[in-house]
Amino acid sequence: MAEILFFSAVNGITYGMLLFLMASGLTVIFSMMGVLNLAHASFYMLGAFFGFEISRHLGFWPGLVLAPLIVAVIGMGVERYGLRTVHKHGHVAELLFTFGLTFVIQKLVEMVWGKLPVDYLVPPSLDFPAFTIFATEYPAFKLFGLLASIAIFLALMLVIKRTRIGLIVQAALTHPEMVGMLGHNVDRIFMLVFGVGVGLAAVAGVIAGPALVTQSNMAGLLGPILFVVVVVGGLGSLGGAFVASLLIGLVQTFAVAFNISLADVFGPVAADSGLALYLDDIWSVTVAQVAPVLPYLLLVLILIFRPRGLMGNRES
Amino acid sequence: MRKLFATTAVALTVFGAAAVPASADTVKIAFVDPLSGGAASVGQMGLNHLKFIADTVNAAGGVNGDMLEVTGYDNQVNAQTSLVQVQKAIDEGAKIIFQGNGSSVGIAIEEFVTKYNSRNPGAHILYMNYAAVDPAMTNEKCSYWHFAFDANVTIKMEAMTNFIKDQPEVKKVYLIDQDYSFGHAVADTAVSMLKEKRPDIEIVGNEFHPLVKITDFAPYVAKIKASGADTVITGNWGQDFALLIKAAGQAGLDVKWFTYYAGAAGGPTAIKQAGLDGKVFQVNEGIANLNYGPAMETTKAYTERYKDAPTMFPRVFNAMDMMVKAMEEAKSSDPADFAPKLEGMTFQSFSNGGEMFMRADDHQLFQPIIISAIGPVESGQVDEENTGWGWKSVGEIAAKDTIVPTTCDMKRPG
Repeated sequence: MAEILFFSAVNGITYGMLLFLMASGLTVIFSMMGVLNLAHASFYMLGAFFGFEISRHLGFWPGLVLAPLIVAVIGMGVERYGLRTVHKHGHVAELLFTFGLTFVIQKLVEMVWGKLPVDYLVPPSLDFPAFTIFATEYPAFKLFGLLASIAIFLALMLVIKRTRIGLIVQAALTHPEMVGMLGHNVDRIFMLVFGVGVGLAAVAGVIAGPALVTQSNMAGLLGPILFVVVVVGGLGSLGGAFVASLLIGLVQTFAVAFNISLADVFGPVAADSGLALYLDDIWSVTVAQVAPVLPYLLLVLILIFRPRGLMGNRES
Repeated sequence: MRKLFATTAVALTVFGAAAVPASADTVKIAFVDPLSGGAASVGQMGLNHLKFIADTVNAAGGVNGDMLEVTGYDNQVNAQTSLVQVQKAIDEGAKIIFQGNGSSVGIAIEEFVTKYNSRNPGAHILYMNYAAVDPAMTNEKCSYWHFAFDANVTIKMEAMTNFIKDQPEVKKVYLIDQDYSFGHAVADTAVSMLKEKRPDIEIVGNEFHPLVKITDFAPYVAKIKASGADTVITGNWGQDFALLIKAAGQAGLDVKWFTYYAGAAGGPTAIKQAGLDGKVFQVNEGIANLNYGPAMETTKAYTERYKDAPTMFPRVFNAMDMMVKAMEEAKSSDPADFAPKLEGMTFQSFSNGGEMFMRADDHQLFQPIIISAIGPVESGQVDEENTGWGWKSVGEIAAKDTIVPTTCDMKRPG
């Protein structure tokens, strides 16, 4: 039991940190620009594929640096020449724009790299078990991913809380017009934030690509869950995104570990009360089977009982 | 108005007739399978196969002088979308529907085609099922207009458990499958057949997870590890298999894997990355390294054309070759004429030349079943997905030893 608890915790944190890397950018973009960037996960996929392509020629490490930079530049281009133009027509147009972008990016990736998974390898310098506990190995690469995510979280926090640019970004989160009045170029801040945001998603892609599967549909798997993180964490709150990412990572992994169903919990009490018959369809469904749905249940509950999210500071 | 209509109709008829070359007709084959989304890689390879075989047949003069034309229709592994696409294919003149990925989709198409043919006298749409393996399709739901070319779940499990029976080191088995009809069929037959053949084996887990929705299988692997299993049986395919096997490799999970689809797209790449040499077995109708001459030549030609996705599905060759033979015997490409020829046909397996036969009772093909393990191969042998790893046979079971009973009560037309 200790074994499965330990590994569920470690796996949950690892998965949660991957979510955070992506959600951090999304939540800042969302709260600053009011744009729900549906294409965010597509930039994560672009990061993975650029990382893969660079790793074939220059090795993994240059890919880790270059791929997010390239994606950030693409992101800024998308903001400058796409979103900003669409912005005039309101949020719905922006939403549709990013929605369309997901398909464009997916098709482009399929045209260049095909639909099959590509052979994106863990770098040899990290291809060993970091530690072995309960006879299970924990790969060094995943540990690296975990540490990198924590480092990025700390760096982001420092930038936002302790630097001048962070101050302006924070101000623009809540009072964009006022920041503009004070003579700051809000448009440029938006572009920068969008670039950094999708760049972070690309970092997540480079880290997740070798550990998971680098394939043209990888964006579709992570996309929806990101919005859960943003809403649960609260708009514009990095701390909230951090807590929500870990919470969702842990909930999902721990749920998988347990085979408890309603029948197990209420079995002896309710056997003859007719409850079992009434709930026939879900009576013997285990927690493990519904694990992937739990984050969405959390989303619904949060929206009903705490619409501003766990740590959000404004409702909208 | 009426005059205009009549003139237009005449004009259309004349021009329409002129547009079609008089010498050769086309036999339209609709390939209805996932061409986008999570299972796209598997679907795309099926389409590659059909195109390759059609081109080969056409280059040799076609079927009865007619050319085969293959068109892909994306069904997104969704039953509802599939029916829309099948209808579209029929409207565009296709009489032959190829589909394989997803038994839930397969059953929907089987029912649709059966209903369509009974409601539209004179319409003869044939469903060539090259991979959907829910046993229901050739039992309670069997149809005259459906032919199954892959060994179904029960047949493969019969072969798999016959192999496991003689492996004394297998003591604790964990089952992990996708939560839909096929996954449940795998789990249920595994439980019942193991109980019958090796009552001493303990089933330490019977897990179902959502289809093509899991990003990280590490939690599932931790659970398998904690159960103390020495063997895992899984029907997973596509990314659900690749992600599972990679998570297992990263956690150093040391078990034997008995699989249905380890050889499907992305599987060998993931197994090589996980470093599971000789640990992963697949049970299927054929592999590349069986040293059977005709298959080796075709494989070489195929892998040269599709360098990026060189995985072979022998069942597609069996299905197409048998269909072409039936058309030639019937001297017609109308399913109503050649379906009777397909019933009861005996043919040589693409993989090893062994005997196969299409059972007329339920339209299920029985064929030699190969159990193989994947590991590094010497040069000159075929490797998978350019990994340097390839399949090696560890056991072959003849068609006659895979026969399972059917409950099919076939309703024949007329």
